[in-house]
Amino acid sequence: MSQADLTMHGHPPAGAMAEPTFSVPAKKMAMWLFIIADTATFAGCLVAYGFTRNATPDWPRPFHSIVNVASMTFILLTSSLTMLIAIREAEQGKKDKAFRWMMITALLGVLFAFLHIREWLELIDKGLTLFHNPYGTPMFGGFFFSVTGLHLTHVIGGVIALIAVGIRYRGGRYNAADIEITGLYWHFVDLVWMFVVPFMYLMNLGH
Amino acid sequence: MADPTYKNGGITRDIGIYVLLLILAGVQFIIAYQNISSTQMFARMLAVAVIEGGVALLYFMDLRENRGLRWFVLIFAIGVLLGLQYGWTDSFRLLDGVRWAQ
Repeated sequence: MSQADLTMHGHPPAGAMAEPTFSVPAKKMAMWLFIIADTATFAGCLVAYGFTRNATPDWPRPFHSIVNVASMTFILLTSSLTMLIAIREAEQGKKDKAFRWMMITALLGVLFAFLHIREWLELIDKGLTLFHNPYGTPMFGGFFFSVTGLHLTHVIGGVIALIAVGIRYRGGRYNAADIEITGLYWHFVDLVWMFVVPFMYLMNLGH
Repeated sequence: MADPTYKNGGITRDIGIYVLLLILAGVQFIIAYQNISSTQMFARMLAVAVIEGGVALLYFMDLRENRGLRWFVLIFAIGVLLGLQYGWTDSFRLLDGVRWAQ
């Protein structure tokens, strides 16, 4: 069918235009593809960490308290719930409420980042850096800061996205579907944390 | 326009899933304090993390509602993870003091 045929009838006949892949809107599909690619990035980092940890008999266990990491986990999981509430409100057209829940989610993200950076500073104060580790092999610091740093970057990016999308949604430039797509990203950040916590923190817990 | 699949379920279900995820996260912390070998700990941690991730994917990210996308993500993710596991044997080489494969 030619372009002229499409133009003459005013709109394309059924079947002339391609259906969205998996019946998912293009923007949402793009986010899913990003998430899949990012999963490969994190999986690569964690598997590389697994190689090194497995090959290092005296792998250090520098963590002695779970309070901070438990708090961060609780905050991030709670932020996923608040994000879901924001999506529900947006679906019902309650713009102000959706915006408010998005900002609460962003606030929880900021709190998470604050706790994370505070923990980093404490470790750096004890001499743990990317290339130095007073507890044993220097590789530990390299992996710890790289993996958690990559995740923290995602959290900070997510907070910026939440604020930007939230403001534009309230202003009428974005709709509920955009909130949902931002939510997908935020849930992914939460999902990655579910793997970072056991392997980077809990398995390195000194008893 | 919002994806109509998101209309399914409700806040009660979301809170239920959230509580389930909190419990699973708590299980990981309990495993961390068990007196078991690193291999056993790794296996248990991984099992719980996979369940957690699966629940989040299905209910928070709504993969439950889209069968085609669910299979696409699953097959792709398993392919990538299996590909990454291909290198495991070389880490054992390092442990045993054997030279890296050329």
